[in-house]
Amino acid sequence: MFETIILMMDATIRVSTPLLLACLAGLYSERSGVVDIGLEGKMLGAAFGAGAVAYITANAWLGLLAGISVSVLLSLLHGFASISNRGNQIVSGVAINFLAAGLTALLGQTWFRQGGRTPSLPDGGRFTEIVWPFAEQVRNIPIIGPFYAEVLSGHKILVYVAFLAVPLTWWILFRTRFGLRLRAVGENPAAVDTAGISVVWMRYRAVIACGILCGVAGSYLSIAVGSGFGVNMTAGQGFMALAALIFAKWKPVSAMFTCLLFGFLDAAGTRLQGVEIWLIGEVPLQVFQALPYVLTVVLLAGFIGKAIPPKAAGIPYLKERS
Amino acid sequence: MSGGQLPRWVDLGLIPFLNLSAAFLVSGLVVILIGENPLDAVKVLLWGSLGYAEGFGFTLFYATNFIFTGLAVAVAFHAGLFNIGGEGQAYVGGLGVAFACLALDQYVPWYVTLPFAILGSAAMGAAWAFIPAWLQAKRGSHVVITTIMFNYISFSFMVYLLGNVLKKPGSMQNETRTFEDGGRLPFLNDVFPSFGFGYAPVNLSLFVALAACVAVWFLIWRTKLGYEIRSFGANATAAVYAGISPVRIIVVTMLISGGLAGMMAINEIMGSQHRLLIDFVTGYGFVGIAVALMGRAHPVGIILAAVLFGMLYQGGAELSFEMPNITRDMIIVIQGLVILFAGALEHMFRPAIVRFFTPSQALAAKEA
Repeated sequence: MFETIILMMDATIRVSTPLLLACLAGLYSERSGVVDIGLEGKMLGAAFGAGAVAYITANAWLGLLAGISVSVLLSLLHGFASISNRGNQIVSGVAINFLAAGLTALLGQTWFRQGGRTPSLPDGGRFTEIVWPFAEQVRNIPIIGPFYAEVLSGHKILVYVAFLAVPLTWWILFRTRFGLRLRAVGENPAAVDTAGISVVWMRYRAVIACGILCGVAGSYLSIAVGSGFGVNMTAGQGFMALAALIFAKWKPVSAMFTCLLFGFLDAAGTRLQGVEIWLIGEVPLQVFQALPYVLTVVLLAGFIGKAIPPKAAGIPYLKERS
Repeated sequence: MSGGQLPRWVDLGLIPFLNLSAAFLVSGLVVILIGENPLDAVKVLLWGSLGYAEGFGFTLFYATNFIFTGLAVAVAFHAGLFNIGGEGQAYVGGLGVAFACLALDQYVPWYVTLPFAILGSAAMGAAWAFIPAWLQAKRGSHVVITTIMFNYISFSFMVYLLGNVLKKPGSMQNETRTFEDGGRLPFLNDVFPSFGFGYAPVNLSLFVALAACVAVWFLIWRTKLGYEIRSFGANATAAVYAGISPVRIIVVTMLISGGLAGMMAINEIMGSQHRLLIDFVTGYGFVGIAVALMGRAHPVGIILAAVLFGMLYQGGAELSFEMPNITRDMIIVIQGLVILFAGALEHMFRPAIVRFFTPSQALAAKEA
């Protein structure tokens, strides 16, 4: 029983990581007033870029760099459409999701001829587990030992990056001048403009930050958990991150706990498949799959607190007409 | 620099044309990037989709789906709502069609089943849109977010139903039993044999789709409700001052929108597959967004855009046979580019065009 709990916690952390990265990515963008439903596409593009470059160079770090570059490019496209051209942000996000889904499969097939997948990564093309000091020695200490060895130790470096990004994001948003302006530009861009700060440039910096984090999220899927890119390998995780962002009410620390909850539901669903639960009976896998979305809708309905988005989210900023 | 300064034909003709051309130009560049000749690709695409009757039949079949989902998005647009949940609403709409067909197919001919299938699909699609609509109207939670959530909930819901409840006993496939003749719409090839549609699954639901276009046109531009919907979409605050109830407009518009999306299932389930199965929507709901954007949310525009996307689907399938390098994913890329240029970047060319037309108009004003 105890072993099961430890394994579940381990799985939860692994599954939550890409969600958390994408969720924080969306947080930067939406806090600045740019709604981003293209998280999914950016993750997918990054997963492909990372998988392809890591295969060619056999270097995971170059792969990560490529993944981030692809994602930032897509972010800039989103910025160009929704900040510079004041286009509809939802439409732009939908376009990015389509483009990423089509281009990754098409280019994957053209370059590698494996049905859109990238070939299995060579040694060095994947991130490996980081074993913390003395993990093996303390394994036999009851309770703390397995927790240290399985749950804390033995993850890929990007997992630690994701969880360190939480306090960092909190600090940037709530303790730096950049963070204050970023939040202000998402609440009242006209006021920020009056203070002599460029709304456009602030929002571009926010979508670039979003692109970087999405890039890490996508790369994690293809070159840390997986061994190469697979067609549509994000499978809706970008949208789940968006749900988590709303569930967390656009706050970094809540985002972490929400992503852990959603990750736990996923891990529990996989583990409880075909298992009879006392008094309830067998719970279908689909219940666990739908639960994060149902919970988010319930939250949006106002039954568990109220999710209020940044005030200017989704509205293009237009200076006074000339 | 608002739209009013441009002549009507520029606003409704030239700008969409330029946007579309940009999308296809970039698509051509993608084709060059993967080492094929874009002009050859266009030739194959046109021949495959329009060049012979069976290919054209497939084009019309896909177009039928896109008319329904495009109308669904368009109706919501008129009220200033963005229904991104067509995918889920169409999927659940399949339930309504399947219930009608499974209940009636052994007893009555198809023309008795059809009205029940239409009602069923529209009712189920509308029901799936109701909670997002109600939450938007009453709680102010954004309909875009809730409809995305409902798409994913519908995927799990339908997989569960088809895998555990509706499955044909003893079958390995997650699908219902195949409908008898009473649950099958006639193929156009059987109705009009002289057209030679061959094995193309285009069926009588094409006419249901065209009727829906007329109905939507009448609703939006010729009824009191349509006027209220458009007023609310143009300026919600003013509409409320004019005594229009926002709750009523949001809920009613989303129900109509969801119902139209649900009706897409008639074409797929009753018209072609003759059984309810997993993942029959495969993106048609999302493409509806592109169709509505390109068709400028007007039924005539939607028919034209739906045929264009039908051509892309059918021609794209042909293309992947003739030029194996260009897989069907190319269609998704083109859709993405159309959504980008016709939707998100729709104002990109406008400033240049306004500059181009302003001096000549100013001259004309002086002479007059």
